[in-house]
Amino acid sequence: MSFDDAYDALTDHDDDTRWAYGTGFADPLAGVPTAVPDGVDPADLVAYSLMLGDDALVMSHRLQQWVTRAPELEDEMAIANIGLDLLGQARLLLSRAGEVEGAGRGEDALAYLRDPAGFRNVRLAELAAEDFAHLVAHLLVFATWRLALLDRLSASRDPVLAAIGAKGVKEVTYHREYAAGWVVRLGDGTEVSHARMRAAAEAIEPLAGELFAPHEIELRLAAAGVAVDPATLRPEFDDVLTQVHQLATLPPPPARDAVTTSGASGRDGIHGPELAEILAEMQELARAIPGGAW
Amino acid sequence: MKVTASGRPPGMADMGGVFTATAVAGSVADPELPVLTLADLGIIRDVRESDDGVVVTITPTYSGCPAMEAMRDDIVGALHRAGFGRAEVRTVLSPAWTTDWISETGRAKLAAAGIAPPGAAPRRGAGPIPLVIGVRAEAVPCPQCGHAETEQLAAFSATACRELRRCLSCREPFEHVKEI
Repeated sequence: MSFDDAYDALTDHDDDTRWAYGTGFADPLAGVPTAVPDGVDPADLVAYSLMLGDDALVMSHRLQQWVTRAPELEDEMAIANIGLDLLGQARLLLSRAGEVEGAGRGEDALAYLRDPAGFRNVRLAELAAEDFAHLVAHLLVFATWRLALLDRLSASRDPVLAAIGAKGVKEVTYHREYAAGWVVRLGDGTEVSHARMRAAAEAIEPLAGELFAPHEIELRLAAAGVAVDPATLRPEFDDVLTQVHQLATLPPPPARDAVTTSGASGRDGIHGPELAEILAEMQELARAIPGGAW
Repeated sequence: MKVTASGRPPGMADMGGVFTATAVAGSVADPELPVLTLADLGIIRDVRESDDGVVVTITPTYSGCPAMEAMRDDIVGALHRAGFGRAEVRTVLSPAWTTDWISETGRAKLAAAGIAPPGAAPRRGAGPIPLVIGVRAEAVPCPQCGHAETEQLAAFSATACRELRRCLSCREPFEHVKEI
């Protein structure tokens, strides 16, 4: 690909990468050993890789929707870059899922050709932010939880998940810092910004309960030293949110979680209408013109 | 093709005949920071040459870095142009890339291009990753005038790996490669 002319590079004739289309990228795991650790059910590993990959993919899409809507150009770039990091993590995890599944589905098929019921992301990732305060409150909850998760995942017995965790930690540390910085700036700002930041935190933080509710697959894999039991993340999460609230002059985070669903979980493929809306946008082109290139 | 031996990735020994392929792959320019070669950037982890061709192993900088695709293409293209028949690029994810792997030459090239090179990557002890809000401990001097005091304008610049800062003395904005 030539650096001088991006448009020429998009239409490179000597490779089969369909840059403009968003598919046909080289396998991000090319050359990475694919063995499944002993004593692990491959179907569990597929499901778990999809869980963490779908969290990142769906959250990335929500962030992408803020490009052209952020208050300043600098924040637009930050949000786009955070979304890109998460998209990269999703690519690695979906590729891992497809590889272990062994049914010929790569990252593109998994991202573009699954229906909502096949997605295993937490429902929190699907939330649409109604204003910038909601966006940073959403990102703070998501990044704080994911950072604690990826940090523990870096000790996984599955070398691919461990490597994805260790790499992701470096990225999500900056995501959490960005979100926390804005929550503090708005919370400890004017009367108006404080009120709006408080309303956003009070709307989103009570929904965090599902992030710590273990799915049976997570428990099985955690017992095998492969996955992270999300219940173990709660103390670190609460501690970080408490620190941010103090700096932001906001009341302490909620002591109790809202009851959001009657046991139905995003991890099982049960989602709100938000995911269907996200996928309609994300998958439209790939489904309308399968394999299209230009 | 004349090969510019611009240095090898840190820690990689000169392995006789492999050196040429190493030099060719290492001399490819980073698509996002074209003042740097891939050897300067420290992403080439291994180069092996056999009768079947060359296998280059690289590690991604950031998980979502779109330049990785271009780097793969450019490495294969450069090796083909240098007369290597078959070239393959493989990925290794662990250990994760760190800005500490940017070579001294690379740091000097960044500074000469007005981009502040990264300081030492953060080291952490046991326990949770500490929350940092606002000012980081390490100062980033201005690459234009050398003044020590600079301020952050944006945490993410044109790419995830850079932030935008401004010098408090000469007032020039500049980019800084963030430590990871």
